[in-house]
Amino acid sequence: MSARIGIVTFPGSLDDRDAARAVYLGGAEPVALWHDDTQIHSVDGVWLPGGFSYGDALRCGAIARFSQVMDTVKAAAAQGMPVLGVCNGFQVLCESHLLPGALVRNAHLRYRNRPARLRVETARTAWTSAFAPEAEVVFPAKHGEGRYVADEATLDQLEASGRVVFRYLDNPNGSMRDIAGVANEAGNVVGLMPHPEHAVEALTGPSTDGLGIVASVLAHLSEGARR
Amino acid sequence: MARVVVDVMLKSEILDPQGEAVLGALPRLGVTDVASVRIGKRVEIEFDENAQNVEEQSRVIADQLLANPVIESFTVSVERDPVEAA
Amino acid sequence: MSQYVAVDTVGVAEATPDEKQPWAELGLKEDEYQRIREILGRRPTQSELAMYSIMWSEHCSYKSSRVHLRQFNEKNPRTPRLLAGIGENAGVVAIDDNIAVTFKVESHNHPSYVEPKQGAATGVGGIIRDIIAMGARPIAVMDSLRFGAIDHPDTARVLPGVVDGIGHYGNCVGLPNIGGETYFDPCYQGNPLVNALSVGVLPRSRLQSMQASGTGNIVILLGAKTGRDGIGGVSVLASATFSESGEDDARPSVQVGDPFTEKLLIEVCLELFDAGLVVGVQDLGGAGLTCALSETAAAGDGGMHVDLELVPLRAKGMEPHDILASESQERMLLIVDPAKAEEVLARAHRWGLLATAIGTVTDSGRLVVDFHGQTVVDVPPKSLADEGPVYNRPIAEPNDLGLIAVDRAETLPRPTTAEEIRQTVLDMAASPNLCDKSWITEQYDSSVFGNTVLGTPHDAGVVRLDERTGVGIAISLDGNGRFARLDPYLGAQLALAEAYRNVAVTGATPIAVSDCLNFGSPEDPHVMWQFERAVTGIADGCQKLGIPVTGGNVSFYNQTGREAIHPTPVIGVLGVIDDVARRIPLGLGRTGDTIALLGTTHEELSGSEWASVKHGHLGGVPPKVDLDHEMKLADLLSRLAETEQLAAAHDLSQGGLAQALVEAISFSGMGAQILLPEGADPFTYLFSESSGRVLVVIPRGQELAVRTACESRGLPITPLGVADANTDGLHLRDHFDITRDEIDAAFKGRIGARLGE
Repeated sequence: MSARIGIVTFPGSLDDRDAARAVYLGGAEPVALWHDDTQIHSVDGVWLPGGFSYGDALRCGAIARFSQVMDTVKAAAAQGMPVLGVCNGFQVLCESHLLPGALVRNAHLRYRNRPARLRVETARTAWTSAFAPEAEVVFPAKHGEGRYVADEATLDQLEASGRVVFRYLDNPNGSMRDIAGVANEAGNVVGLMPHPEHAVEALTGPSTDGLGIVASVLAHLSEGARR
Repeated sequence: MARVVVDVMLKSEILDPQGEAVLGALPRLGVTDVASVRIGKRVEIEFDENAQNVEEQSRVIADQLLANPVIESFTVSVERDPVEAA
Repeated sequence: MSQYVAVDTVGVAEATPDEKQPWAELGLKEDEYQRIREILGRRPTQSELAMYSIMWSEHCSYKSSRVHLRQFNEKNPRTPRLLAGIGENAGVVAIDDNIAVTFKVESHNHPSYVEPKQGAATGVGGIIRDIIAMGARPIAVMDSLRFGAIDHPDTARVLPGVVDGIGHYGNCVGLPNIGGETYFDPCYQGNPLVNALSVGVLPRSRLQSMQASGTGNIVILLGAKTGRDGIGGVSVLASATFSESGEDDARPSVQVGDPFTEKLLIEVCLELFDAGLVVGVQDLGGAGLTCALSETAAAGDGGMHVDLELVPLRAKGMEPHDILASESQERMLLIVDPAKAEEVLARAHRWGLLATAIGTVTDSGRLVVDFHGQTVVDVPPKSLADEGPVYNRPIAEPNDLGLIAVDRAETLPRPTTAEEIRQTVLDMAASPNLCDKSWITEQYDSSVFGNTVLGTPHDAGVVRLDERTGVGIAISLDGNGRFARLDPYLGAQLALAEAYRNVAVTGATPIAVSDCLNFGSPEDPHVMWQFERAVTGIADGCQKLGIPVTGGNVSFYNQTGREAIHPTPVIGVLGVIDDVARRIPLGLGRTGDTIALLGTTHEELSGSEWASVKHGHLGGVPPKVDLDHEMKLADLLSRLAETEQLAAAHDLSQGGLAQALVEAISFSGMGAQILLPEGADPFTYLFSESSGRVLVVIPRGQELAVRTACESRGLPITPLGVADANTDGLHLRDHFDITRDEIDAAFKGRIGARLGE
């Protein structure tokens, strides 16, 4: 039986269907999760998709943090369940303090949509285990508020502990230290701004590198099952 | 040195989607007795020590740049340097 | 409640027949006001007067354009594909036995000048709701934008605001922006054009109607609360009791859009349609509840009763006519079976969306609106929605036509040496209308939904509809105000031909048209002449091409003082492609592929980009249109897409062959070695804007097959050279070289730089 990846729909989520497609094309089973529901239906992992949850009022992700499902997701993450946040999902993870730092307005102050070249800095997370070390991937980056910021001490600590997961090769938004994605200490919670789910088919995306994200979590889960 | 604070708000009749969304989220925090939330911008301007007509200049800045008079209104308040004031 | 005593009810109207009413201030003519009195057999109440003034306005009644727009229905080719046409919220065309597509282009010009960001944003929001109202899921947007001169200070205000608004709304509501156009011309200085297109997809069985039918059915208002947005027009009706003197913003004319609420509207409406819970649906557009109530009631077979105090309000002290006239965004009207009303409300609530029963369908034949138990409106709904005034405005050919026609651009001084022509290629590539538009398009999401196969800068946007079959659509949106200024009939057909060709270039087969007609004041007989000619051009053209006009929009009064904009018909063409995997992209294929030109190049420079950029000139006669040729071209391209015999293709339009090469080189990263045909004048060959031409790239080994396919259709094909990854940029043999760096330096980064960034 293939792994079940829950995809949360908040009001204002936009990439939930696209994440489901990516999960499906990657060989796992997508499961729809609802923001207002504490249930996560015995999924093996959770994907918080991009979009503008609750209209991104106040700060991106600030209101989604208080949704019912996030309480359950937080508890599951603490138990080691793989959780991925993409774009708005990354913002939700930061606002929920599952990941350090914050995502603020792009340095150039505009929303910008460009394919982003990224280096996968570590394969030691639940969502990158299938990538070769230092692999280069291309995912579309499209956001107005994706500049990763944290205090210097936090950044140093992230670097030292290998928790910088993705780094921009052409920094599109002024992110500190070119950081595009980070992980929690255990490596099961990962957030990134660019969109792997929009890089899963040659016909529609700049690459198919996004499938590596799903392959990674599948590998991680089956390894866990073997142990 | 003069510090000027400009508060920019959407005019009262203009829809504030941000405020509405925050209002809608308050019950999740257990707060149920709020009637309205509106969100604006606070801009702090520090003038040079010898600046003249600080309030007037601030109004120009607010009217022509900080606020969009079609949909926003603003208030200007001048805060004198506390040391100077003392 | 004593505060409502001041309300002007039907009873009060009957008792005070001689009360003076501000019909003129509301834009009604005296005979129109008298007709309202005849229809009602009394004076209208203030609420009724507001409703008639809105519904009988140019914007809602199409009173100046209607007599001409009839041509579309008269000349439209009959096609079984057309499931809903003109008069519906948006045209619906069948793609196959199961799915249909609905699309429409609409203007939001004036609001975008007043408040660029919100004006453009609410333009996008409005067109999306038209798509929802047909039962479709919106799947993409496009925009056609026209601004004044790029270095005019006001352009630096309007353009970034408009782009921000379109991006903000489209990105937040989650629709990919798959293409469009941006042009600059001083004639749009005080009157920018913001035309937005949206397209949606639906199972054919989910097609919705706007009919309020079934006595006893419940009328539900779904979405945002109603505020004072955009009620400036009826502010003269404010009663002394409620006019809040001193508060300067009590009657704002600007509406603010909330894409978050719109996203919820989409999801809730589709859920309700899928569950079969809705009898009728109508979006609330520019004319708010007034329009939605009267159109649904008029389309139904009975009447409607509404209790207006049930409408959830955002502002205090709103009077009935304010509520009826409000243009608050993100609202829809639903007609629902009473047995299903509870479920409708529950489903809306689950998404956090407001839904309120505000009335019922009746068999009275009247639209009756009560406010706290007092009747403020009692009218036959058809008199509002369908029986508005129709004008036959005077038409007069402009006096300067003859002079303009003889002032031909073909007589202007031209570059002659190789170096001069080379520099002209670069200057043209750097000009505002031809340069790269990434500064704009990068502010739009293009990949959400994961179905965008071709986006900007391709000739047309291509979107996959069905992952299993690969069936998809292509859409292009085109206009050319300069050509239309020279000859509105030909100009409209040139825009139609270009949009048609742009769709065909991707390998899709064009099947339907939506148009947005941007003109000056209809009270100017010269403008009416332009309008009549343009409409006739489109109707004749569509008849010839065999594709129907399915809907669209007319925008009059686009002028500053007495100066009208160029007549600017913007044409959207929709095509279908059986398998999007076989679409033909922009580019240059692979090294060794043959570059060839389909069509014939004439010496046609009048109205061209070159004449405008280099001479600031507009005169002469626009290029010829040959729709037979366009049809053959489209047939050929769709055939070659099917057999995968083209590596790339690109329409030739503004800037001619030179610009097409610049774009293909810049986009592909490849180089091109070009040899112009013997005897061809290099300048004419590179810069003429003759229509019906396509640059194609033929994979090695397919040259003979493609040539045969052309010859069998009588289509001229001219080999021009080869694609070559090792050639740096453009090598024009016997003339000049332009490196890739030179091309990129000229072509890219211009918009931001010109806007002072």
